[in-house]
Parts: sequence; C-alpha cells; structure tokens
Amino acid sequence: MSVSGALRLRRGDFVLDAELELPERGVIALFGRSGSGKTTLLRCLAGLERGDGWLSVNGCRWQERDYFLPVHRRPLGYVFQEASLFPHLRVRDNLRYGYRRVEASHRRVDFDETVQLLGVEALLERYPQALSGGQRQRVAIARALLASPRLLLMDEPMASLDVASKAEILPYLERLHAHLEIPMVYVSHALEEVARLADHMVLLEAGSVLAAGPLRELLVRSDLPLSHADNAAAVLETRVVRHDAEQQLVELECGAGRLWVSRGPAAAGERLRVSVQARDVVISLAPPRDSSTLNCLPARVVEISDDPHPGHLLVRLAVDDQLLLARIPREASKRLALSPGKHVYAQLRGKALS
Amino acid sequence: MTFLGISEADWGALQLTLRLALISTALLLVLCLPLAWWLAHTQRRIKVVVEALVALPLVLPPTVIGFYLLILLGPRGAVGGTLERLGANHLAFTFTGLVIGSMIYSLPFVVQPLQNAFQAMGRRPLEVAATLRAGPLDRLVSVVLPLSRQGLLTAAVLSFAHTLGEFGVLLMIGGGIPGQTQVASIAIYSHVEAFDHASAHRLSLFLLLMAFALLVCVYALNKRFRVAGIMP
Repeated sequence: MSVSGALRLRRGDFVLDAELELPERGVIALFGRSGSGKTTLLRCLAGLERGDGWLSVNGCRWQERDYFLPVHRRPLGYVFQEASLFPHLRVRDNLRYGYRRVEASHRRVDFDETVQLLGVEALLERYPQALSGGQRQRVAIARALLASPRLLLMDEPMASLDVASKAEILPYLERLHAHLEIPMVYVSHALEEVARLADHMVLLEAGSVLAAGPLRELLVRSDLPLSHADNAAAVLETRVVRHDAEQQLVELECGAGRLWVSRGPAAAGERLRVSVQARDVVISLAPPRDSSTLNCLPARVVEISDDPHPGHLLVRLAVDDQLLLARIPREASKRLALSPGKHVYAQLRGKALS
Repeated sequence: MTFLGISEADWGALQLTLRLALISTALLLVLCLPLAWWLAHTQRRIKVVVEALVALPLVLPPTVIGFYLLILLGPRGAVGGTLERLGANHLAFTFTGLVIGSMIYSLPFVVQPLQNAFQAMGRRPLEVAATLRAGPLDRLVSVVLPLSRQGLLTAAVLSFAHTLGEFGVLLMIGGGIPGQTQVASIAIYSHVEAFDHASAHRLSLFLLLMAFALLVCVYALNKRFRVAGIMP
C-alpha cells in the first residue's frame, strides 16, 4: 500500500475521521455528496489542513503525532477546483514554477512530453486570462505533473467547467490514467465521472469512510447507497473485438458474451469500460429471439434485495466474474421465480465509457 | 549660491525632505508587510483594536501626534530617557525623530493598501505555490509581492507624497531647526512668517511640480498599475 493513514479534523460541527489504505497506482475516487468531507480529506492529505493522526506515502512519513511535513516538502501534485493559475505568469512560467523547484536529479517527467500529453503546446506564451476554462484546467494539471509528484491529488477539476469544457478535458484525464504510474486521488460527486475514470473508490459520508475498495465492487454492493441511487450503474470491463465503421458500433467481448455499443474507432484488443445502468437491464429466462435488443449476456442471480421504490427489486447478477445490477418490478421477479443461483439472461443497453 | 532662485538653505531643506520621505517609506514598507498580512488573515478579535490604532493618525491632529512623540522621545520621555541612561542621545529635534514621526503619521497609508491587496489575493495562490514546492520565503518573493504590486506601489507613492507634505508632526518633534530638522514645508512656513513671499513661492512651486512629476511617472511607468484612493 502506497498511501495509508488515519486523519482526524474538527471544523465547527463537522468532524472528519477517516482511515485510508490506497493502492499504489490507478485512479482512486473520493466519492460522496457535498459536505461529506471529500475536499477536507484531500486537503489533509496534501497538508493544506493540519488535523490529528498519521499519514504515510511510499513508506515516507508525512504526518505523525508530533511531526508534520509542510506542504512544500511533500512530493505531491494538487489540482484545485478552479484552475488557480498564477495570473502574473505566462503559461510557460506557470508550468515551470513547480518544475524548476524540483532538483534536476529528482525530476521524473519530461517538460515537452507533459506539455504534449495535456495538449497545451500552443498556449505556452499566453497569460492565464486569455485561456478558456478547460484550457486553464489542462495547464493546471500539467503544472502539477511537472512537479514530479509521487501522489496526484485532484479536487473536482471539472466541477467549475461547462459541459463542453468537461468533454474537452475528459479524454486528457483518461490519457493520464493510462500513462500515470503514481496514484491519483480524485474528488468527485459525479457518479458518471467516477465510473469513467476510477479504479478504486473511497466512499465518504459525514466525514467517515463508509466503504473503500475496487470501483466495480462498490458500485454494485446492495448495502451501499450507490446501488440505490436513481442512476445506479455497474461497470463492465470489456475488450474490443472489432469496430464496424459503417454502423459506428464496436463489438465487445465480455466474458463469454458479446456486446455492441456505439462508439467511434477503436482498435481490436483495446480495453473498454462499459457502464450499464440498473434500470437499463431486463432479465429473461431464455435468450430473447423476438427482441430488438442486441446485447444479451448469460448471467447468474447472486442476490435479490429491496429497492427504495417499493414496487422494485434490485437484482445482482454475475456475468462470469463481473457483477451487474438490474432494477426490475417485484411482480416480474415473482413470475420468473428468481432466486440466488438461478441462470438467466440479461438484456442490456450499455454505454461505452472510455 | 542659488539655483532656480532657490537658496542653498532651501535646497538643504528639500534634500532633507527627500531623504526623510525615502527612508521612512522604505522602512514602512518593510515593517508593514507582516502587519498588513496579519491583519488581512487573522481571525482574532484583537484585530479591530489594531486596525483602529493603525487608522488613528488619519483622524488625530498632527500636532497631537507630534506632541506625544516629543514627550516620548525627549530627554525625560520613556524612549528618550532610556536612551540617555544607556549613554546615547535622546531623539527630540533629531533626524531619527523625524523618521519615527513621519512613519507613524504615514502608517495607515501603507498598511491599508497592502491589507486590501492581501485580502483580495486570498490564500489560494499561496496554497498553490506550496503544492508546487515553494517554501515560505520563496512564496513571498515569487507570489505575494508580484500579486500585490499594485498595493505596494500605492502604499509607496502615498507614503512618499504624504511625507513631502507633512508639517505639524515634523514641526513638533523636529522644531524646524534650519539645516537639521527643517524640511521644505516648514521652510515655506518660515518664509511666509518672515514676509519673504518670493522664496515661499519658489519652494512651493518646486514641491508642486515635483509631486506632479512623481505621479505622472508612476502612472506612465505601467498602465496596469492603478494608484487607487490618493487622499490627503
């Protein structure tokens, strides 16, 4: 485990009391509704807030009972909600700000490569005031990366952006996800964003950790609020079989089954995440012959639990080793005599995520 | 020897005035940085008391400030007396006394623009700089000073110009001794008292032009600088 610790902080009525064990790479989502303490926890990790407790990153102590490593001595990158570029510096000097403060022998990123990765080559001579919201945030991410962080912290980097700017940034974040060899802690309250980017999830509620673990497991746990949300969804990991340019569909391999989703060009063998909302899953006992649906996966009922809506049930299905959620009418469950272990077919409408 | 019709003694007064303005402005800027920073960010209740103390010279008659300073810095005052006992000289009627007096008189003109600049900047730029490996002093130089340059410039200009026109405090504490503590504004007063209106005219016009030229320079230097709220 690369990041572990226990942090406590009191601010008026609010108490943060969180224990953490984060994996050493991949994107870790700090997820929860507003006021759950996501940003506060992130600020504690950075040392921007000083609470009690301890924190260790890559075996280095960042905080202990009588020890507190100041922010500027922590090898981290932090992206704030608003880009917070220095207004008196050109983009180039904003990018170089952290870069030149890291000893050359400790630098682990290349300036030009990072500038390319975030697509900010053309902006270098501009001042922040002359950039769009999305561009500013890309510069801020590049600036954080150029400080050669061992831990990248992002506080809802897309929250202050409009839909178009969000769509502009997401591909860069995904590229980052693929390139990054350090853990990235990503605060968000948007489930879709998290489903698209995160590998691991820490679920916060009222300042405490409600659950933590791999994203795909947490999304479908019936004892957590995620599965009860209206937009409850599961994420399936698939591999591209082929891309049909004419119909703009990709054929995906998911366990023993096949899925078709709309998507731009994708190379065979590429890994692709598909998000499937619980309300988009229909359960049948036999493979449908007279149905318009393209996607049907053989599945096994794992668990049936109550849904917040009294007329519905939440069914957990296993597709090979992956889990899926289906929200179905209580009556239908009775008619199909669903019970754990039963083999069924899941017809679904999926959405390619990345 | 005269130049522009201004006598040598008056040149001395002008020189003294400039020296006083430069030294007290420089010292004020250095001392007020931490004070203004503290005022901009503290949550403590004593802040209002400190703010009121800083603003006091705005409302007090300069002679009141000068009077108390004269007592304090004089041979029997708390400061002057202590200095005498330590073998040094008291500060009444000295250049050092003038510097202290003009610093106190100009204090609000330096603290307030700086405090406003720091409040407008907020803590965020410093937090960003810290996450980018900048230590405390580094943050001051690379972020705080450039981002509050407008406030710094306003503070410097106000303090400098204010000292040029100072009269009451300096007369009380300096006594207007020609060649030692007689600054230009006091020299003008002396000329008028002696019915030497021609000399008073020349010196006044010179001060007026100098103050005007100073402001033109500042505005021209950088159009992005806005010297806000220049008031007497």
